[in-house]
Amino acid sequence: MSVNRRTFLAVGSAGAALALAGCASTPGRPLARVVVIGGGYGGATAAKYLRLWEPRLDVTLVERNEAFVSCPISNLVLAGAEKIENLTVRYDGLRKYGVRVVRDEATAIDYDRRVVRLARGDALPWDRLIVAPGIDFQYEQIPGLDNAEAQSRVLHAWRAGPQTVALRRQLEAMPDGGVFAISIPRSPYRCPPGPYERASVVADYFRQAKPKSKVLVLDANSDIVSKPALFRGVWAERYKGMVEYVPNSELVEFDVKRNVARMQVEDVKATLFNIIPPQRAGQVASDLVTVNRQWCGVEFLGFESTKIPGVHVIGDAIAPAPAMPKSGFMANNHAKVAADAVIARLTGQPLNTDPIIANTCYSFLTTTEAVHVASVHKYDRDQKTLVVVKGSGGLSSARSTLEGEYAYAWARNIWADALG
Amino acid sequence: MTASPRNAARTALLAATTFLAFGAGSAAAQQAPDRPTERQVRAWAAACAACHNTDGRSIGGFPVLAGRSAEDTYRALVEFRSGQRPATIMHQHTRGYTTDELRHIAEWFANVKPAR
Ligand SMILES: Cc1cc2nc3c(=O)[nH]c(=O)nc-3n(C[C@H](O)[C@H](O)[C@H](O)COP(=O)(O)OP(=O)(O)OC[C@H]3O[C@@H](n4cnc5c(N)ncnc54)[C@H](O)[C@@H]3O)c2cc1C
Ligand code: HEC
Repeated sequence: MSVNRRTFLAVGSAGAALALAGCASTPGRPLARVVVIGGGYGGATAAKYLRLWEPRLDVTLVERNEAFVSCPISNLVLAGAEKIENLTVRYDGLRKYGVRVVRDEATAIDYDRRVVRLARGDALPWDRLIVAPGIDFQYEQIPGLDNAEAQSRVLHAWRAGPQTVALRRQLEAMPDGGVFAISIPRSPYRCPPGPYERASVVADYFRQAKPKSKVLVLDANSDIVSKPALFRGVWAERYKGMVEYVPNSELVEFDVKRNVARMQVEDVKATLFNIIPPQRAGQVASDLVTVNRQWCGVEFLGFESTKIPGVHVIGDAIAPAPAMPKSGFMANNHAKVAADAVIARLTGQPLNTDPIIANTCYSFLTTTEAVHVASVHKYDRDQKTLVVVKGSGGLSSARSTLEGEYAYAWARNIWADALG
Repeated sequence: MTASPRNAARTALLAATTFLAFGAGSAAAQQAPDRPTERQVRAWAAACAACHNTDGRSIGGFPVLAGRSAEDTYRALVEFRSGQRPATIMHQHTRGYTTDELRHIAEWFANVKPAR
């Protein structure tokens, strides 16, 4: 076919050249300094793409943990079908791109002096800042759980790592015939389908190992927040009599001594509780919070803070656009729009006027079969926000092992995209 | 797969590229207002990388897009979009883009070097 090669080259060649140049080290003086706080799905992707697309930048990533541990797939660790080590990725891959990775705690941001203060190292100066700290938990809203002692016994496992492994141990230790209760906060929270995926794969574990046990889902929301028919379907069929779903069930207090959850209408007892608390933007972003004392407002052409110019916020910490979930996929896609905007600002180019980003969340309904929900989000110039494109996206019709394999393919590819 | 959808896609692609070639030739310096910038296309293509890896260099499970011919990729994308090509998820993603946007994205991946 006589396709015009010249046109193709005109569109993509410079992009490809930059991509190659991204591996080289920065020659001469850097163009500007960008600091990224948080090396999760959002921050790691942003740091990598800044260097991939503009190798003249000096990019420093601050991360408190030694390695990245993925929340996606971590529910399978609870079900005994996966190991946490397989969800752990080191930060070495980013160094190949010329990202300076600093393992430290960002303790404060000085917006006047434009420096990030660290717990151990010297303060880091920035010309542009990307803040991607994920979430922190609002334990102060749950009397009884507002102390470290209680929190070490009643786990959230909503940040993957030691808590995931510890909750798996608690599940293993639970006697057959016990009740495992999951408390879900009001939406928006990190990963809308995540709690229901957890209920499903833990039920699958019980089915094999502790068939007399039950999963009790205490949901502060009035209905299953994501993929309701698919979750309800598998609970009614494969986990018949094992999963009980209670809507409008908001936790107001927790009695650690008696192991009783005080809900708005009644007290609930269970053998083992997993309390997912209400959430807010990670603490270090607290000065950027604008919505509901929880989330950081941003504009959606470049994810720049609506409060402090020159500072971008991405990932779970933002006040989301309509129908935008707090997901790793979204955080990765925010990061690319933000990286492009930071480069545009630092090189005197206009912002892109038509961002298009996407989301897909795979959820396991059994330890091998998954389903997905997908959407595409495009910038609407009148509404000045990202909106779901009509006709885009949708759900799986049924669970399948093929999508179980795709859920893994997604995880491995996005880890490579963000960190490798 | 029948022959007709292939032909339809082929005609659409030819029409689109002809339009582009003319556009590029006639208004040398002046960019058509709707023509996306190179940076914009790069950013669109980067959304796909959440599954197909950076620059479409998939490490497995999903197809590699890097260095594939633009015709081939574009044809797959419009067939996903119309429902002619079977898919678990690509029909839902491609329906978020216009065929023009998909063409630009296909061209972008065609220009990525397949191996590092
Ligand atoms: C059980 C579960 C399953 C999930 N499944 C999926 C899924 O299938 N698909 C999907 O797309 N999403 C899924 N998610 C959601 C996904 O994990 C989050 O949306 C994603 O992690 C958000 O990315 P982020 O970069 O905003 O935050 P994070 O990935 O949490 O990254 C924040 C990083 O910042 C670091 N940090 C924070 N503050 C500081 C500081 N002051 N100094 C230094 N470092 C700091 C943290 O250590 C962390 O590494 C799931 C979540 C859970 C809990
Ligand atoms: C959620 C993961 C996901 C995202 C995001 C995604 N893809 Fe795909 N892609 C797939 C899967 C899975 C297939 C196999 C077909 C199917 O089941 O939908 C595929 C197949 C393809 C194919 C067909 C290749 C062949 O050999 O037939 C092309 C081309 C393609 N994708 C391009 C893209 C482009 C361009 C984008 C961004 C606009 C994109 N994909 C975004 C998962 C994804």
